[in-house]
Amino acid sequence: MIEPPQSHTKCEISFQVNGKLVAVRAYPMERLLDVLREELGLTGTKEGCGEGECGSCSVLMDGVLVNSCLVPALQAKGVNITTVEGLAEDERLHALQQAFLDCGGAQCGICTPGMILAALHLLGKKPQPTIEEIREGLSGNLCRCTGYAQIIEAVAEVGRRGIAG
Amino acid sequence: MNTNRIVGKSVPRLEGRGKVTGQALYVDDIVLPGMLFGATVRSRIPRGRITKITFGPGVDWNEFVIVSAKDIPGKNCIALIDDDEPCLADGKVNHPEEPILLLAHPDRRLLPQAVEAVSVEYEPLPAIFSIEESEQHSQIIWGADNVFKSYLIEKGDLDAVWERADYIVEGEYATGAQEQLYIENNGMIAAFDPQQGLTVWGSMQCPYYVHKSLVKLFNLPAERVRVVQTETGGAFGGKEDYPSMIAGHAALLAMKSGRPVKIVYDRMEDMAATTKRHPSRTRHRTAVSKEGKILGGEIEFAIDGGAYETLSPVVLSRGAIHAGGAYYWPSIRIRAKAVATNTPPQGAFRGFGAPQSLFALERHMDRIAQVIQLSPAEIRRRNFIKPGETTTTGQTVTEAINLGKLLDRAMEISDYSAKKERFAKENRNSTRKKGIGLASFLHGAGFTGSGERFLSSVVGVEGCAEGTVRILVSSTEFGQGTNTVLCQIVAEALKVRYEDVSIARPDTQEVPNSGPTVASRTVMVVGKLVQSAALGIQQTLEASGLLGATYSPEEFRAAVRAYVAKNGKLQALARYEQPEDIVWDEQKYRGSAYAAFAWAVYVAEVAVDLTSYSVSVDDFVALQEVGRVLNPVLAKGQIIGGIAQGIGFALYEKVIWQEGRMQNGQMTNYIIPTSADLAPIRVYFEELGNVHGAFGAKGIGELPMDGPAPAVINAVEDALGVPFRSIPLLPEDIFDAVANERERERFSPVAGDRR
Repeated sequence: MIEPPQSHTKCEISFQVNGKLVAVRAYPMERLLDVLREELGLTGTKEGCGEGECGSCSVLMDGVLVNSCLVPALQAKGVNITTVEGLAEDERLHALQQAFLDCGGAQCGICTPGMILAALHLLGKKPQPTIEEIREGLSGNLCRCTGYAQIIEAVAEVGRRGIAG
Repeated sequence: MNTNRIVGKSVPRLEGRGKVTGQALYVDDIVLPGMLFGATVRSRIPRGRITKITFGPGVDWNEFVIVSAKDIPGKNCIALIDDDEPCLADGKVNHPEEPILLLAHPDRRLLPQAVEAVSVEYEPLPAIFSIEESEQHSQIIWGADNVFKSYLIEKGDLDAVWERADYIVEGEYATGAQEQLYIENNGMIAAFDPQQGLTVWGSMQCPYYVHKSLVKLFNLPAERVRVVQTETGGAFGGKEDYPSMIAGHAALLAMKSGRPVKIVYDRMEDMAATTKRHPSRTRHRTAVSKEGKILGGEIEFAIDGGAYETLSPVVLSRGAIHAGGAYYWPSIRIRAKAVATNTPPQGAFRGFGAPQSLFALERHMDRIAQVIQLSPAEIRRRNFIKPGETTTTGQTVTEAINLGKLLDRAMEISDYSAKKERFAKENRNSTRKKGIGLASFLHGAGFTGSGERFLSSVVGVEGCAEGTVRILVSSTEFGQGTNTVLCQIVAEALKVRYEDVSIARPDTQEVPNSGPTVASRTVMVVGKLVQSAALGIQQTLEASGLLGATYSPEEFRAAVRAYVAKNGKLQALARYEQPEDIVWDEQKYRGSAYAAFAWAVYVAEVAVDLTSYSVSVDDFVALQEVGRVLNPVLAKGQIIGGIAQGIGFALYEKVIWQEGRMQNGQMTNYIIPTSADLAPIRVYFEELGNVHGAFGAKGIGELPMDGPAPAVINAVEDALGVPFRSIPLLPEDIFDAVANERERERFSPVAGDRR
């Protein structure tokens, strides 16, 4: 949160979020997490630890899973970001969101947005992951409620049915 | 046969859609116009007198709102059981995270450096940091003797059994502090209006606890304090009492500034300053016959409560009552005490004292088994409590529980006997030592003893203009499934659709006090009350002639619509009344401690790698009797989540203390299990039903926290043949123990006296 001394002035940074071009004025070293939440009102991205350990602030940046609490705003210049708000199409939930609901993958819900994005990233690399691959692939995202089993089940289910299913 | 339509089905989580789409609003997602951000200046020493406070250079202090103890309009305390914890330190500090001053500013980026720029000078006083130091009385830091509370539970003639005993087995066991580590940090927003009074919104378990403490802190009439729960990102007990503190702080800043104020802790502040599970020490001395029957025992249970009393007396109570576990004790003496130290107050964490005393007991049962050369399963089987027998408090078991059968089934599912034998053979030539361990235990649902009678919870159900019904309770959702299961109960009771039932947001201006959301009481106690209030609605509609004896969900909706259109309001309330067979003597600590117990046998299989000394839990079987399961997916989620926390309690989660302060308040160095650390956890339910709960339900939330730690550590001992008496058990602890064991010439494989 404390900005380094050389970055006192805000600059304009434009990038795409969930397919929409946005331009914000932000300090270069401001956290992408804060830009998303405070400038763009995308509060689905959560802060859990502020140091890249818990994964609650996970977003996809040009298809790469990042902890937005560790990404300086300037680094977002020109990129394409996907947050949890970009997954459902109107009223229709994304297959992962639906599977999290059906399988009990969301309890308190605070890790859920980041977890779903981590799962999306995993399925992008491995469309039909094994249970071991899911356990490994989600291990950067902490959940304190579920013990992970029902999250893993949800991801495996989407793997079986396919993301479009 | 299950004839219910909705209860017993895995209907989707009521608020789930908002959670998976990111639309659910947690406190940090909420911004009010003109809102300031608040921060807390805390003590940096464990104990002393404040001599001087200086506001340092480099900060424009005129821009900051500053609050001290002098700004408190009412009593400077966080009202809970006692009023001993100050809201802000006034002249002295008793632990190294004690709040002293509050700051607020429109730009939250400026707060950390402002907090740093406040310098507090102290005249330090000697401090104490452990149960042992506290009971030695080298410093008296609380009351006359550092003891917040003590209990004595006595049954039978214990003094007579020592002579008759074939064996006397002694042991001392310890558990460490454990951080709840909900992923959403604590946070509150407060707004003050001279006419309307005070409103706070935030992350919490118990809106009426926060309400009670604000009324006292601000000396306001109850109706001018309003507390609203926002979506809460995990709690596990950690948001039972401390939210009252943060609400008080945000409210003081809001009153002084005239603007809304948000305080959201960062992770390090949350971990260091808020409550954790009480560290404990348990001493057992048990008289056993050569047939393996427990004749009697003495248990000393002590917990470290930190600097103020807060919830320690009730944590102690539950820990003491559970100390005898799922066994029959012909005679017993349990001495329990909660003592003061100069650390931040410890508090509620799922299980609430029981995981501590049950860890000790379930380790001790294995020790007894070794001494008298029975298997761990057999020693348990010979001592299980049976229907008609009495617990340590003299409560007769009336449920038809058969723990022997539960044990048989758990052993069969886990392939316990075959594995135990196989591992013993395979371990001889392997550096990856395998072991299997079990724990059998119970957990009482609802408040202890007369607790529910004193709470006297009230719930409401109301009909809405569009024909749906709405539940009015202060019981909160923080992941466990409160919303969903209460709506299932009402839908079932009224024979309407699940979709036609909603639940009000917990807001003290709108909902009655259905008690705190703690103690595995929501589904059993509050659920039964909403069922009864729902029937009140049905009876009102029938009496008004709008509803027949049988009806369809559509007819019910039409009747509600018609009634509300005609009369304006359709509401039914229900208040808790203690069943006549629940009698409790608070003085003697005897009687019916809980309306119902949930029972369980857990089996853990582990492997200890003798190159890294790390332990992996390779299989886990959790078999429990929890009355009726009202929502299988949610119930399973509760069990697995609790077991994950229990495995963390046993193997990962270690709070490093220095001079009363947590040194590792980060997720980087306080480690909880990840998805890669946990093997599949296999969950099985037995469903005996329960007359005290809605549709036969019992409490379920805390039970799974009690068994994993002893089951896992029993398995580690089985793997290595080395006893471990305290948790957390980290690889370095195992390394030390194994090294010591190798050094020591062992003449006898087990300790304990043959008489």
